[in-house]
Amino acid sequence: MRWRRRPEAGAEEPAATPGAGIDLRDVGHEYGDRTVLSGVSLTLTERRVGVIGANGSGKSTFARLLNGLVVPTSGSVLVDGLDTRTQVRAVRRRVGFVFQDPDAQIVHPTVAEDLAFGPQNQGVPAEEIARRVEEMLDRYGLAGHRDHPAHLLSGGQKQLLAIAGVLAMRPQRIVFDEPTTLLDLANTRRVARVIDELEQDVVVVTHHLDLLAGFDRVLVVEDGRVAADGTPAETVPWYVARMD
Amino acid sequence: MLSLYVPGRSVVHRAPAGLKLGLLAALGVGLFLTERPAVVGGALVGALAVGLGAARLPWRALAVQVRPVWLWLALLFVFHLLATDLRTGTVAVLRLLALLVTAAVVTATTRVTALVAVVEWLASPLRVFGVRPARIGLVIAMTLRFIPLVAERAARIREAQAARGAYRLRWGMAVPLLVQVLRMAATVGEALDARGADDAPARRPRARPAVAS
Repeated sequence: MRWRRRPEAGAEEPAATPGAGIDLRDVGHEYGDRTVLSGVSLTLTERRVGVIGANGSGKSTFARLLNGLVVPTSGSVLVDGLDTRTQVRAVRRRVGFVFQDPDAQIVHPTVAEDLAFGPQNQGVPAEEIARRVEEMLDRYGLAGHRDHPAHLLSGGQKQLLAIAGVLAMRPQRIVFDEPTTLLDLANTRRVARVIDELEQDVVVVTHHLDLLAGFDRVLVVEDGRVAADGTPAETVPWYVARMD
Repeated sequence: MLSLYVPGRSVVHRAPAGLKLGLLAALGVGLFLTERPAVVGGALVGALAVGLGAARLPWRALAVQVRPVWLWLALLFVFHLLATDLRTGTVAVLRLLALLVTAAVVTATTRVTALVAVVEWLASPLRVFGVRPARIGLVIAMTLRFIPLVAERAARIREAQAARGAYRLRWGMAVPLLVQVLRMAATVGEALDARGADDAPARRPRARPAVAS
């Protein structure tokens, strides 16, 4: 069966300002009458940004704002100059998202098929998809599981597959929403190494403070506001002291 | 179909999925046009030869798909012995067995992606009514992906109930399962957005992702 291919839709992207980073301008978000975030203004240009905070503080909503999964109810979020409210597809091509539960992110029955899903959606030519799938299988030690059902993978392997599925889409930034929460120590360290080795800029929402060693910047979210913003050495001890 | 694919490079594996499904459909029609035991028996032997010989499938790959229905086949045979005759019963059972084994060979030698691509192709005329065949394919693939996941979540709820003394299967587990499934569905919807499902062209390439099947 032969399929007529569409040219890669990346060519249709609206004009962006590469390197401008993610700019949040007086961002607020409400679910019904509950305010989850308010008055958040900052620009993320660093390669490694961590986001920490208690449960229900607004971290996950903050993360979802960065690639347009959630649009702000007030203010605006610009990714390299692209507004997440009006240019969401272009934004999502630039910003990948890794969810806490990989089971919710893996949508195809087998490993190789799931890796191919994102690039297929982007209209990437079949030969290039095959090349990316091979690369991801090799890089993350999944080559032996190419045709295995995804539900038979271990928790760590599933998270690696979820990350690989996002990387296959070649985003420039990746947002991780608590990527190690469901993992054991060995897999947590493995995923931390994977994140550390990524070429892309990353934003990591986490409760595992060890993950933030070497990060450029850490934000502490508290009651829907950025309560602290600085280097890990400045913010993490402050956050730990607040939790005591 | 959830985990029935057996990787291989045989001629049966490499045959186009559309051809295999077409032959299966033709066999299904053809076997119901004949009442000759030798023909239906021959079809069964042929299906076994293709599966175990040409495709080099392990016998377990075929047995696992026949096992769930053997009791029904036995009951069907007994019914025919009582209601009709031995010859009719034999033909009926051999016919179903031949179809089952052939279907097992098709699913064991064809990736889900390839089968879904055929469904999308068959659904492509519906495009004039505004139907997006790629969406139909995605729904099928996701159904196959999430059946075991929902079963796993149900098992966890059963364990949680058993840990608190509720050993019998209760309808009460339907509520927490439904809540979990709905929560997961919300996240899956976000994941589809994040992975560009909404960007999918109306007729996106569904070529097999890595190697020949």
